[in-house]
Amino acid sequence: MNIVIIGGGPAGSEAAYRLAGEGYTVDLVEKENSIGGNLNNWYQLFPDRKPASEVVQGLQQHLNHPGITLHIDTEAIGITESAPGKFSVKLSNNTVLHSAAVLLATGYKLFDAGRKEEYGYGIYKRVITSAELENLFTNHSLATVYGDTPQRIGFIHCVGSRDEKICNYHCSKLCCITAIKQAIEVREMLPEAEIFCFYMDMRMFGPGYEELYREAQEQHNIKFIRGRLSEAAENINGQVVIKVEDTLVGKPLRMSLDLMVLMVGMEAAAGSGTLAGSVQIPLYPNGFIRPADPHTGTNLTARPGIFTAGSCTSPMNLTDTLTDARSAAWQIKKWLTGPDKQ
Amino acid sequence: MELTGKERIWNEYQKEIAGDNYFYARSCIRQTFFPGSEWAYLDILRNKLNKQVTEDPRHTTCTGIGYHTDVVPAETTMTVVARHFALMTEAGCENMTPSCVTSFGLYTEILETWKHHPEIEEKIREFLWKSTKREFKKPANLAHTSDIIYKFRNEIAALAPHRLQDVHTGRPLRGVDHIGCHYAKMFPAQGIGGAEFPAVLSGLIQAWGGETVDYPERRHCCGFGFRNYLVMANRGFSVANSKKKFESMQAYEPDFIVANCPGCAMFLDKWQYTLSEMEGVTYGPNGFGIPVFTYEELTALVLGYDPWEIGLQMHQVAVEPFLDKIGIAYDPAAKYLNSRGEPMGQPACPTYMKVIK
Repeated sequence: MNIVIIGGGPAGSEAAYRLAGEGYTVDLVEKENSIGGNLNNWYQLFPDRKPASEVVQGLQQHLNHPGITLHIDTEAIGITESAPGKFSVKLSNNTVLHSAAVLLATGYKLFDAGRKEEYGYGIYKRVITSAELENLFTNHSLATVYGDTPQRIGFIHCVGSRDEKICNYHCSKLCCITAIKQAIEVREMLPEAEIFCFYMDMRMFGPGYEELYREAQEQHNIKFIRGRLSEAAENINGQVVIKVEDTLVGKPLRMSLDLMVLMVGMEAAAGSGTLAGSVQIPLYPNGFIRPADPHTGTNLTARPGIFTAGSCTSPMNLTDTLTDARSAAWQIKKWLTGPDKQ
Repeated sequence: MELTGKERIWNEYQKEIAGDNYFYARSCIRQTFFPGSEWAYLDILRNKLNKQVTEDPRHTTCTGIGYHTDVVPAETTMTVVARHFALMTEAGCENMTPSCVTSFGLYTEILETWKHHPEIEEKIREFLWKSTKREFKKPANLAHTSDIIYKFRNEIAALAPHRLQDVHTGRPLRGVDHIGCHYAKMFPAQGIGGAEFPAVLSGLIQAWGGETVDYPERRHCCGFGFRNYLVMANRGFSVANSKKKFESMQAYEPDFIVANCPGCAMFLDKWQYTLSEMEGVTYGPNGFGIPVFTYEELTALVLGYDPWEIGLQMHQVAVEPFLDKIGIAYDPAAKYLNSRGEPMGQPACPTYMKVIK
């Protein structure tokens, strides 16, 4: 029996490998020209600093399985169910794939930092996103666009997350630990620099995260200030001037930075809504796909035969994404071998 | 700084502005502080741009100052504004153009409130009927008068004998644009360019040949803050806000400040005197202050109006250095003469800030 997986990020790739290993044929559809999704934008992973490229290479090798057909540069644009358990997935190249089950692994997109206009992203050249900082790490240079080496760097947490003003109420979960990882990486490259993290809450939910947070403070002299950035501007020297309220001290704070890193959050990918909508699968108000049950029905959707894996249902780290993908593979196998499918 | 980033935001925040047939709602305070501004605006609209502008002497305060200082209840404010709409309706107009930024913000807030709570609108209609026997239609188009000038900025540039350039060197003059808080900070979509990088005044400066200054405290309030100023005990806070702005913009050596809010223009002008008396500091070159203009005054100047006819002698900061740069002829001896040519008295000289008498 054939299974269509939409999304060639870590979740889709891992599930494809697991399902192919169980003897199913898998069509894996990826809109970009390579697999790996957002992982391709990352240099090292938290908390162990494993190179992201190693993980992507591992996923890629798994996709050499003969049971997997990879469709890159191809977008899935709609799903139809002609009869119970008989799905057709229409692709952007007008191909139609037929399957007994569909796995949505459409992932997430990074928040467009330009929507937080008051932070000046896209206007002030010393304002970059966390994804752009990863690119600097990959190139082993923290030089700004002006060519100088920054001496004071600020990480702004929760950009596009937990923010009523831009209608994103959810927490993206990963930005806190990402900021800590990145701050340590910056410290290693710039031992003399001043490094600040401006946060609302530190949400250290994963194994090793809290320890890394402590290490950042004790060993790397990274300063954590509880307060949300209200606005950024540019001074006559081209530095970014920020205004923050230090809510622990209870005082407003103004500071000039040589580099300001916006920890952009996760939003539902546009494709999630389109595909889920084509088969009447409900979404959460934040646009992520709603599972059949948040406790006992993860990987399942309101439409039997259509499953989810990874961060198309909520922000998720790589560990949880891969675990979720394996869980989805098991759920699909269970569905395909159920009494009514024999 | 990446100007294309700003332009992207400006393009996202454009709004429909009516092209003619305006109902004009005057400001309570603009005529007191800058007595030629509203006259100049009406003259430019009617006689330079050939637009129809209607006003009604029965128009009153919008109560915005009282509303924002918590001394006028919201229902009272909404009923007074409903009466303004009734005057507009009775005049056969549907395009409301308030002169005051606070009125503009208040009208916007009330229309938004009514949109989401039609029961409140019904209640206010009842209040208005019971108190005045008036009815009204809501404006089809609401625009601040600086929006109107922005809309016609290129037409004005084509008519203008003066450019915002130093006639001696050809250097574009550097202008600080100060946008009143109530213009777009409450409803960004209602302002040209939004709240963070508004273009309503910077667009004028650029269209007329000048350069805008983007300084760190550009978004900061002028300090009026209503209760900051109106309660005497808070007045130091008002001055402190203006001081923060002046210190921030001073490094850029601006040639002028232009504001679209009557209160902002007044405080940015008068507090320069206050600060010079308090601390002996001045923010312009050679002991002068930084000239402050309302957008109507700036428009009138590029269009060649006589500086004293539009009331620039009422400014605290001397405007002559700006007039000299832009190449506007003026009669120094006529500065303090009234319209009949009689002397109307002269202000005392400040201790520190230079003025030209």
